[in-house]
Amino acid sequence: MPPGVTASAPDRGALLADRLEPPLTPGNPGVLGMWTFLAGDAMIFGAGFAAYGALRINNLNWPAPADYLGIAAPAVMTFILICSSFTMVEALDAVRRGMQPKFRMFMALTVLVGLVFLGMQAFEWNRLTAEKGMSLQRDLFDATFFILTGFQACQVFAGVVFNSVLLVRGSMGRIPPAKAGLVEIAGLYWHFVAILWIMIFTFVYLI
Amino acid sequence: MTTQAAISDHDADRSRPNYVAVLIYLAILTAIALGVHATGIPQVAKTGLLIALAWAEAVLIAMYFMHLAMEKEALAVFAMIPVVLVTFLCLMMLPDVTARTWTKSEHQIGAPNPAEAEENPVPPPAPVQPPQH
Repeated sequence: MPPGVTASAPDRGALLADRLEPPLTPGNPGVLGMWTFLAGDAMIFGAGFAAYGALRINNLNWPAPADYLGIAAPAVMTFILICSSFTMVEALDAVRRGMQPKFRMFMALTVLVGLVFLGMQAFEWNRLTAEKGMSLQRDLFDATFFILTGFQACQVFAGVVFNSVLLVRGSMGRIPPAKAGLVEIAGLYWHFVAILWIMIFTFVYLI
Repeated sequence: MTTQAAISDHDADRSRPNYVAVLIYLAILTAIALGVHATGIPQVAKTGLLIALAWAEAVLIAMYFMHLAMEKEALAVFAMIPVVLVTFLCLMMLPDVTARTWTKSEHQIGAPNPAEAEENPVPPPAPVQPPQH
């Protein structure tokens, strides 16, 4: 601003917003914040997978996971979580274009699929506990299985809650295209949760 | 709708990834992973293939669903930091893990099994004769 010229209140707000915008994600600082959180979460799970691998390589009595746990239900869970990633990104696209009914439909589908995933996970745990006698205290195989899948299920639950709140707000008409950044941030978290399950399905069930 | 709005919508359509195609690719990769698991190929090859397929799915989701391909390159570098760190962690653990596997499976270095020592006692080493000048 040239000296002697004072900006009006809206201009001062715009100048301040420009200085506060992160250069990596201009227009939506929350995206950089979510990526930072996901990087930390990825390191936690990466360390978990590394520990799982180290314990498994060293253990000659490790059962074949696919035969012991069964892969039919986890395969279905993998597919539906991938589909929920699709519905989530379609919901984001819809809200950006101002297509509110389409946004609500795809967001509702995402929440529904998340609930189905959690239900299937609970069913699987119940089946493994009842049929195989698996528990956290029994041995390393059981403990690592429940810790990895349980931690991922907690993240799915948090994602379902996040998406449900956005669905309710969208139903009340409080997520216009200008606030699509909120859906974008929720989408980043949901896609990361799907990536986590793909890794768990590969390392814990298939390999 | 004005001409500018129509042009901006057209540009938005062109820059929008084909999410249905990405979903189909992901489904195909998952099916291939299940097929690889069901085959009788050696375990090392199977492990490598399955890890590669999982990473391919993760990259597809990150690039097109998380829009990393449309963001600045520096953000992709930022997102790769945990991958690099975890890879470093796994590499640093390899000497310890492989040494234990080797020790456990074939060569017993260290204290012998006490039960075996009673059955097959090791004779004491012969005394060393001092050199005679």
